[in-house]
Formats: sequence, structure tokens, C-alpha cells
Amino acid sequence: MAERTIELTVNGEARTVVVEDRTTLADALREQCHLTGTHLGCEHGVCGACTVLLDGEAVRSCLLFAVQAAGSEVTTIEGLSPADGSLTTVQEAFRECHGLQCGFCTPGFVVSVTAFLAENPTPTDEEIREALSGNLCRCTGYQGIIKAVRLAAERLQPANAT
Amino acid sequence: MKPAPFEWHGPERLEEVLALLAEYGDDAKVLAGGQSLVPMLALRLTRFDHLVDVNRVEGLAGISRLDGWLRVGATTRHRVLERDPQVHEAVPLLARATPHVGHFQIRNRGTLGGAVAHADPAAEHPAVALALDAVMEVSSVRGAREVAARDFFEGTWATVLSPDEVLTGVRFPIRAERSGFAVEEVARRHGDFALVGVVCAVTAGAGAGDRLDRAALALFGVGGTPVRATTAERALLEGASLEEVGMAAANEIDPVDDLHASARYRRKVAGVLVQRALGRAIEEARRG
Ligand SMILES: Cc1cc2nc3c(=O)[nH]c(=O)nc-3n(C[C@@H](O)[C@H](O)[C@H](O)COP(=O)(O)OP(=O)(O)OC[C@H]3O[C@@H](n4cnc5c(N)ncnc54)[C@H](O)[C@@H]3O)c2cc1C
Ligand code: FES
Ligand code: FES
Repeated sequence: MAERTIELTVNGEARTVVVEDRTTLADALREQCHLTGTHLGCEHGVCGACTVLLDGEAVRSCLLFAVQAAGSEVTTIEGLSPADGSLTTVQEAFRECHGLQCGFCTPGFVVSVTAFLAENPTPTDEEIREALSGNLCRCTGYQGIIKAVRLAAERLQPANAT
Repeated sequence: MKPAPFEWHGPERLEEVLALLAEYGDDAKVLAGGQSLVPMLALRLTRFDHLVDVNRVEGLAGISRLDGWLRVGATTRHRVLERDPQVHEAVPLLARATPHVGHFQIRNRGTLGGAVAHADPAAEHPAVALALDAVMEVSSVRGAREVAARDFFEGTWATVLSPDEVLTGVRFPIRAERSGFAVEEVARRHGDFALVGVVCAVTAGAGAGDRLDRAALALFGVGGTPVRATTAERALLEGASLEEVGMAAANEIDPVDDLHASARYRRKVAGVLVQRALGRAIEEARRG
């Protein structure tokens, strides 16, 4: 099958990747960019583990072909935290609230929650649950994750910024 | 799993889309948000040699008003429908049904045209189009045509679109004065496809009294296509109680048994949802 060369920005860096038309963005990120933080659970849109930001919006990278992302800006879990490797407020909150156990689902949750709180910084509990409905976790039972979102939202309030 | 190999086409003009579809016929498929097509390709439920990606086509996304209608371009994303104040004001049922589609990550990509053309029996948008008597705008190299929503859906994942045709937009009538709308559905979890769902639109008669001028009830998740409960609609206009209308709707649908729910359960729930939805819509209509 013919391959194409495409250019896109990943975590602020210009990247050139060579892909088949059928290569998903998720596979291009993992196999060509070696960014294996984007996880693949189901590869058909259900589990949310592969969530990345495409031009700032949370999307399933398993339902997007890499060729479609040409010219776009992609942010993966690796691109959320500062260069010094410290954790973001959302990541800190997941750690403190036991929002993860095995960690397989965590990149998808953190990316989704980051996008969600950017749009809705003062969510109700119901809105939090609804926003989390697109990500599956087989370990935690979700309660720690919900707590983490609440804590992150609180800490991200301008009045609480340090 | 991974999709079988295909050639991707990323045209930027509608004419190119039409030419590609005319050239490849059955071997080509339109790719919009990919939220339904890509899972089917990945699961190898289907395969095509050519995908014609319409995401970059100029002028295919967007919302405009034209005498009495709100026109929504085919590649307008669900998230836009959900947020745009113009949609809330002009076609409230469309704005209110959209958040029921999947999860926000899905709605960031999924498009109205994709949802309508995909024609999933449990999807919200085909039922909204049916209840509101929307008009589908369709194009091919053979020319443009319009199809009424009631003539558009043929069965599970099947519409009257031929392989060389593309849906370019959907026109919804702008809400009348004194009208009310409601969406009710039961799904196993938030964001899942509905087991049963109801959308309704009613218009209260002018002056005092209980009379309704118009009543439209569309049910989804109860058969191959969304269905209008016309007997129930008539009963409502003739002044039947909501309970009677709910029963009439439950009796005129023919739901199926599957691993998600039994036909009996679906019928029962449909009746209850019809009552609830109509109760809220009528209240809204009477408030004016
Ligand atoms: C986890 C998950 C949950 C979901 N839950 C729901 C739900 O609750 N309710 C719901 O309604 N949907 C749901 N969906 C599907 C929904 O998100 C999509 O909106 C919709 O079904 C398809 O829109 P799309 O733009 O992604 O279309 P695509 O997947 O790109 O295309 C779907 C089909 O429509 C055809 N098509 C697309 N655009 C056109 C056009 N302009 N002209 C002609 N043909 C066209 C394609 O060829 C294809 O056959 C869910 C999806 C996922 C992954
Ligand atoms: S791997 Fe993309 S949603 Fe599961
Ligand atoms: S922490 Fe294991 S799947 Fe969520």
C-alpha cells in the first residue's frame, strides 16, 4: 500500500511522519513519534484511552486517520506537563485522590479532564460524571477519579492559584 | 483491529467530492466525523477501496437562516449544534437532542450529516429530523435534489442516498410561536445508544383552552428506522389524555428483542417516555 508523508505539530514540535492512509493518528503517535503515552484499549471509539487534543479539542485518536491530522496541532499526555517533568494540577489531583491504579486508562482520563476543565472550570458533580462517561476504567471504580476532578477544579480557580 | 487498506481522498471542493463518488461508485464511502464509519472499518464490518473525506470541503459546515428555515451544513459538528445560541433559539429540539449523542469527545468530531446519513435506528438526529419534517439536501454529478425526512430513512443504516450522492445539508423549520419540545430516552449509561427514545414537538392553539395545533412524536430505538407515532399524534390533537396517547404510541410501534432489551420492555418504556416528553413539551408550549 502506498505511503504518504505528512507534517503535523505534536506537543509543540513540528513532526514529519510516513504513514499508510489507513494508519490511525494513535498508531502514528505511538509507532512513529514514539509517544506511547497514548494508549489503545478498544480501537473502536468506546474506551477513551487514546484521547488526545486535536487543535485543543479532545478527540479519539483511534477514530482519526493520521492523514486527516496533517497541518493540525496535536497534544498528547506527554505534552501536557511542563518540560521539567513536573505534574500538572490535574495529574497531581489524580495522584492524591487515587484516581488511578494500573494506569492504563489514565492518559485518556487526564487529557479529557484537562479539556473539560478548560471549558467548564466550575463543574457540578453531575457535569463531572457526564464528562467522564466517555472514558472507561477497569480498576478504580471511578470514585477516586471523580474526587480528583473536583480537587483539580478547586485548585484551578483563579483565587486559589499560587 | 485495524481497517483494511484504502485510498484516502481529501478534496476541498464539493465538485471534487461528487466527481470522486461518481468515479468510484460502490467502492467509495464518504468519511465525515468518522465516529461511526471508522469503528465499522476497524471491526471489519465493512471495507471500501476509497474514502472521500469531506472534512476539508469548503462551505459544507455552517449554520444559516433562510426564510423560515435553519439550514445546517452536513459537516457541522455536534459540538457546534450544542453550543450555538442560534440553534437553541431557532430549533430547540435539535440543540436539546444533541448532548444525548455519545460523549463530548465523540461530539467534537461527529457531524450532523454523518448522524443523519448513517441512519442508526437508535440515533437521536434522524428522529429529530423526522419529528420536525426536516428537508435533506442531496447532491451528485447528476444534480441536486431535496428529500423529505419521512422519505429518507429506509432501514437500519440504510437511506435513499445512492452511492454517488452526498448529503450537503439539512433544513429544519424554525420554531413556531407557542411551541414546546422535549427529548426523553433510556440508555444503559450516559452516552450509550438509546434502548428507547422519544422526541416531540407540539404547538399550542391560539387563545385560551387546551387545544393543540400541531403534535409530532418520533420514536427511536424501536425498529429499523425512527418512526412517527401518527395514531398517537392524532389522539393527542383530538384531546386524549397523555396516558391514552402513551398507550397508543406503545401499541403502534413494533420493537425488537435483542441482547440489550426485550420488545416488551421497549414497548412499555416507550409509552412512559411519550407521556413524560409530551407533558413537558405541552407545558412549554402553553407558557408561550
Ligand atoms: C462511543 C460512541 C458513542 C456514540 N453514541 C451515539 C449516540 O448515543 N447517539 C448517536 O446518534 N450516535 C452515537 N455515536 C455515533 C455518532 O457520534 C456520530 O455522530 C454519527 O453516527 C456519525 O457521524 P460522523 O460525522 O462521525 O459520520 P461518519 O462516521 O464519518 O459516517 C457515518 C456514515 O455516514 C456517511 N456519511 C457521512 N457524512 C455524509 C454525507 N455528508 N453525505 C453522505 N453520506 C455521509 C458515511 O459514508 C458513513 O456511512 C457514537 C459513537 C461512538 C464512537
Ligand atoms: S482505543 Fe480509542 S477509544 Fe478505545
Ligand atoms: S486504572 Fe486501571 S483501567 Fe483505570
